[in-house]
Amino acid sequence: MAKLFIPQDMTAKALGSDAVADLISALAKASAQKVEIIRNGSRGMFWLEPLVEVETPEGRIGFGPVTPQQVDQTLLDAIMSADRSHPLSVGLTEEIPNLKQQQRFSFSRAGLDDPLSLNFYKSTGGFVGLINALDLSGQQIVDEIKESGLRGRGGAAFPTGIKWQTVHDVDADFGQTKYIVCNADEGDSGTFADRLAMEADPYQLIEGMIIAALAVGAEQGYIYLRSEYPEAHRILNAAIQTAESEGYLGSNICGSGKCFNLEVRLGAKAYICGEETALLESLEGKRGMVRAKPPLPAIKGLFGQPTIVNNVLTLAAVPFILREGAKAYSDVGFGRSRGTLAFQLAGNIKRGGLVELGFGPSLKTLLDEFGGGTFSGRAMRAVQVGGPLGAYLPESQWDTPLDYESFAAKQAVLGHGGVVVFDDQVDMLQQARFSMEFCVAESCGKCTPCRIGSTRGVEVIDRIQQNQSREENMELLEDLCETMVDGSLCAMGGMTPFPVMSAVRHFPEDFAKEVH
Amino acid sequence: MTVQFFEADKDFGTPKRQSDKTVSLWIDDFQVSVPEGTSVMRAAAEIGIQIPKLCASDNLESFGSCRLCAVEIEGRRGKPASCTTTAEEGMRVTTQNDALAKLRRNIMELYISDHPLDCLTCPANGNCELQDMAGAVGLRDVRYGFDGENHLEGEKDESNPYFTFDPTKCIACSRCVRACGEVQGTFALTMGHRGFESKITAGADDSFMDSDCVSCGACVQACPTSTLMEKSVIDHGQPEHAVVTTCAYCGVGCSFKAEMKGDQLIRMVPYKGGEANMGHSCVKGRFAFGYATHKDRVTKPMIRDSIDQPWQEVSWDEAFNYAANKMRSIQEKYGRESIGGITSSRCTNEETYLVQKLIRAGFGNNNTDTCARVCHSPTGFGLKVTLGESAGTQTFESVLHSDAILVIGANPTDAHPVFGSMLKRRVREGASLIVADPRSTSLVSSAHIKATQHLQLLPGTNVAVINALANVVITEGLEDREFIASRVDDGSYEQWRKHISDPKHSPESVAEITGVSADTLREAARTFASAPNGSIYYGLGVTEHSQGSTMVMGIANLALATGNIGRLGVGVNPLRGQNNVQGSCDMGSFPHELPGYQHVSDDTVRTKFEAVWNVSLDNEPGLRIPNMFNAALDGVFKGMYVQGEDIAQSDPNTAHVEAALKSLECLVVQDIFLNETAKFAHVFLPGSSFLEKDGTFTNAERRINRVRKVMKPLAGMADWEVTQAFSNALGYPMNYQHPSEIMDEIAQLTPSFAGVNYQRLDEQGSIQWPCNDQAPDGTPIMHTDSFPIGKAQFAITEYVPTEERSNRRFPLLLTTGRILSQYNVGAQTRRTENQQWHPEDQLELHPLDAEDRGIQTGDSVSIASRMGTTVLKALVTERMQPGVVYTTFHHPGSGANVVTTENSDWATNCPEYKVTAVQVNKVTGESDWQAQFKQFDKRQRDFLASATGEKA
Repeated sequence: MAKLFIPQDMTAKALGSDAVADLISALAKASAQKVEIIRNGSRGMFWLEPLVEVETPEGRIGFGPVTPQQVDQTLLDAIMSADRSHPLSVGLTEEIPNLKQQQRFSFSRAGLDDPLSLNFYKSTGGFVGLINALDLSGQQIVDEIKESGLRGRGGAAFPTGIKWQTVHDVDADFGQTKYIVCNADEGDSGTFADRLAMEADPYQLIEGMIIAALAVGAEQGYIYLRSEYPEAHRILNAAIQTAESEGYLGSNICGSGKCFNLEVRLGAKAYICGEETALLESLEGKRGMVRAKPPLPAIKGLFGQPTIVNNVLTLAAVPFILREGAKAYSDVGFGRSRGTLAFQLAGNIKRGGLVELGFGPSLKTLLDEFGGGTFSGRAMRAVQVGGPLGAYLPESQWDTPLDYESFAAKQAVLGHGGVVVFDDQVDMLQQARFSMEFCVAESCGKCTPCRIGSTRGVEVIDRIQQNQSREENMELLEDLCETMVDGSLCAMGGMTPFPVMSAVRHFPEDFAKEVH
Repeated sequence: MTVQFFEADKDFGTPKRQSDKTVSLWIDDFQVSVPEGTSVMRAAAEIGIQIPKLCASDNLESFGSCRLCAVEIEGRRGKPASCTTTAEEGMRVTTQNDALAKLRRNIMELYISDHPLDCLTCPANGNCELQDMAGAVGLRDVRYGFDGENHLEGEKDESNPYFTFDPTKCIACSRCVRACGEVQGTFALTMGHRGFESKITAGADDSFMDSDCVSCGACVQACPTSTLMEKSVIDHGQPEHAVVTTCAYCGVGCSFKAEMKGDQLIRMVPYKGGEANMGHSCVKGRFAFGYATHKDRVTKPMIRDSIDQPWQEVSWDEAFNYAANKMRSIQEKYGRESIGGITSSRCTNEETYLVQKLIRAGFGNNNTDTCARVCHSPTGFGLKVTLGESAGTQTFESVLHSDAILVIGANPTDAHPVFGSMLKRRVREGASLIVADPRSTSLVSSAHIKATQHLQLLPGTNVAVINALANVVITEGLEDREFIASRVDDGSYEQWRKHISDPKHSPESVAEITGVSADTLREAARTFASAPNGSIYYGLGVTEHSQGSTMVMGIANLALATGNIGRLGVGVNPLRGQNNVQGSCDMGSFPHELPGYQHVSDDTVRTKFEAVWNVSLDNEPGLRIPNMFNAALDGVFKGMYVQGEDIAQSDPNTAHVEAALKSLECLVVQDIFLNETAKFAHVFLPGSSFLEKDGTFTNAERRINRVRKVMKPLAGMADWEVTQAFSNALGYPMNYQHPSEIMDEIAQLTPSFAGVNYQRLDEQGSIQWPCNDQAPDGTPIMHTDSFPIGKAQFAITEYVPTEERSNRRFPLLLTTGRILSQYNVGAQTRRTENQQWHPEDQLELHPLDAEDRGIQTGDSVSIASRMGTTVLKALVTERMQPGVVYTTFHHPGSGANVVTTENSDWATNCPEYKVTAVQVNKVTGESDWQAQFKQFDKRQRDFLASATGEKA
């Protein structure tokens, strides 16, 4: 019986993978061909989705992108016979250069099998890290994470081991527990790595959270998931249920007598709840509004208790570290950025999708070798890295190594690894305006620079565009950006000026154009 | 005259922190040491460095939203907010430099770009923090212009009678939202929407009046602009001077700044230096002061020969002579004992002292009593017997150190709202809360409050409940043996232990009697006994029973058994009803006790008083209020002087009281209004409100607070001057020039007040008695090392069911209580806009009882007891338990006391207001009593109108 793989990942679904699966299934039935269709996660090569793979002794042969309209008996026959000469065939999936050249630590299982298959997870090193961790003290686990050099993958790149150490060292209030909170409110435009990790390999995240709980002595965890991810919601809940019934979660983890319970909580469509303190407020049932820090969530977090708040990919990296050792992780990387980062290529790019790489190669390498240039075929002009709060990089900066510090030195951020590409038709004044508009839409409204400043920012940029007192307004825009950077309570208002000022600095010509 | 203490108006930006550890830091090159946990902002304020701020206030936790308070800290990135940054050892902080100045100016520029530029016509002009800060940061220009997006079109919410909400002036600092939550604990306000659209919202986008808002004023107080503003300030402008004084409503005794324009009171603002309220207030004290200048104030003395005659306005002298002659001739005819008087728990200590002095020295008998008779007399008795002193043991602040709080028969969020807020704050911080009440009060369940246990007992079974709790403590070995051994009399303990361990007191035995399950009782006892600090708060639901005194002693027993006496966070705390009910008891209002609870039969005591008063005193206790009524009906008691108490409305069994009053030959009433009692009077002496005189009130924590005159007495004389003149007319001379001289005499004669004088009160702000050589600064917490009686005494507290029981004819139990917006008999609050919240008393009943009788909310229902019948509107609510109905007594026409009986506490005659067997039926009209009342009321009003020449 032929074994086919058709992803159930949201991107693949959006591109028609459900219909493709249904059509293939129906065709096979009609022609009495025996096929087993596995709904796997995505491998992250979105430009090939829906990617239909067939298992062969040499490995899986891929066909893609397969649109529902293209599904017919001929295609099915080609797939069933692993016909590499078919125009849609991409050959052995594993040999696709884009994929082959990646360093997959956290996405090693992505797209390989049914994400809810516990057997598959265990057969590929799953829960080995947890078993190892159960033999260690909390401090030893924390030490391992410190040694790995892992830093927060949500964008701020704070050393994870130090955060864990803080939570480890604080006593919970009498009768309370510490908490592990996974920030799965992935709201940045152009990012999708968290979703991919949750949809393609949910047990890895769960294992990472259990290990975190063992490290600091927490007994309750929450995954704060954005409600726009229904598929991830379904998969996580199913995976948690399985992990519970198999004794990985609950009151006696792997027979150790240790306890950890995990729940998924849905957000309410507010970008700001991706900010950790607003997330905690929301998780407590309150309005999603940023808290002043200190106190740090590590000391007074959820319900006032010591809390680890980590991004999905931070926690998803943990099982590898505990399984392969801190050294295996830290051996890869560049400078103080150790291990791998999941870059997400989006915008005007030929090969959009996920690229997990060790830190160090240049942005240009990522854009050209993995991304293949623009989708439009026109010249690339600007690249925004690190989400909507990240700077726009002009061509002169594309040789910057993919490393937190190297980007910071250019007043840019690597952040969560989102990369959005623009070709030469982009109007950078409009992009700057969009950054302010985004802040208007998503500001929680607590602090003044962000609440009022973003609205004024849009107005000032509009006046510049309309050529009203251009010089004074350019100066005012700069002043406003400085006020937002220095005065804002969190990164929302504090980083909105990054894309704005980078556009002003690197693309001044777009701000000098007369209005038509 | 402006009176200020301790820089209380200074706002340090963030709350004070308590810590054993201090940290030392440098702020602008000045060194300062502060308790660990203190914010940089507060540390700076401590040495006089004011960092600009808008969202910070030292009664709220720091929030960090305005960003004006940014500073630079050596070795730290950026410009952290000083309100949210904690001071650390060795920190070097810069609060002023060019970069900070620019940042602050730019932030202020953003604020002003969305703010109306109408400062000159704004009600906050001259008292606006936004204006002040714009000045402080030197804003000179708004480069954004004023054409951008803004909130200048917002609609005002004027629904609250006392303040308006004008969203166009709002700077979204959330101080109001936080004050509503953190200070008041109501959580009626929230920030709606987000970002630039952020908007303060009451309830679920309701008007303020339709929301859960209780109009405590905390939000108005917190608002840095004129967004939330008193209507009185909008109407009259900013006040020009302020006088610190004490609220004349409940026994919390809040300090207020009476903010004045000449002799016009513009607003009452809670005074931060007041240690009872620490800057908080409720709708009564904060806003309901309009009664003081209400048109109903009677400002001319009046006399008449009979209550069937119209009043006649006369001069003060004529009134005094008329009253004195009448009283003297009654005494000639019926004997020295045939007259008496009632002191007021609303008047000052000095005035109360004078009235009882007039009775004892001028009338020559001990026929003095006070309204504490009908509220907390069992407290005085019960605590004296067990602990040796007739007063609560703690400060209010003590509750913030409590781990388990037992509230019995009290509804502090309504009746003692400022204390209620403090209690709720502690519960939100994690303290356990046990509520013993037949009703589900808001302490049982409300926003962020849930009682750990609710003992929803049947009215009249208090003693069975407290005994069951004590039984669990003893039989489960939860008692504090060390405390008992060292602080309590052995013999009394052994006896009590034997008594209370009897299985008949076990939760299982009393579950059926009390209606509370044995498990709940056991859990409650364990919760209380296992807490490091357990405190008990109680109200009239404890005292106004046939076993009121027994219950007070039962409470003391429980506190003693668990070692919860004599330190912060514990104690036995009666929540006193009226502003000066503690004081009126302290001042010798009771027939058997001279000031300071010194017994009249004690020769040494009497000799001391006789020497100063220059008169010989009767050594026999006089008549209590109910005895006076009975004696009047027996024809041997004929004259009464009643100062500031409305016995006709507040005392039980109205028909009986009215008959007694009608039988008097001379009733002298001194009050600010023609109250219900005055309708039976022959002489009316106009009273003065608390705004019109100097004096002191003593609150439920024994705190003596100064009352300061802010305006001239409307009738020309303060109450103490009236009593003095009356006494002189009677032939007993008094000649005080100022109430301070009366206090000096009190201090001379009362050991627990020995150290009290006005100078000291002005210096210290307030003093908690005892204040004497042993405790020169007063006594915040009592019984720390020993009891006035040496060792405390356990009391035997056998449960004896009340004779007032439900039966087939009267199947329901009526209990009575209060509501937030009205106060006591309502004479004050009914003459304010507080009427909007509670225009009439209602009968609350459970849906089951309502359904049985076909009653729906809003229906007229008759409430009939063995004593009488009245008619009220029904309110069907699950706050009640089946079989129990409830009403308030704030409106005279409601006739709640037409129904209540003459049953009373065995020891003190405190009426059993809390249990009356009744039947409730749907009716269409008013009761006979109500018809008579209306007629009588109309007639008496006409009599008043004919005297004053006004139309009734």
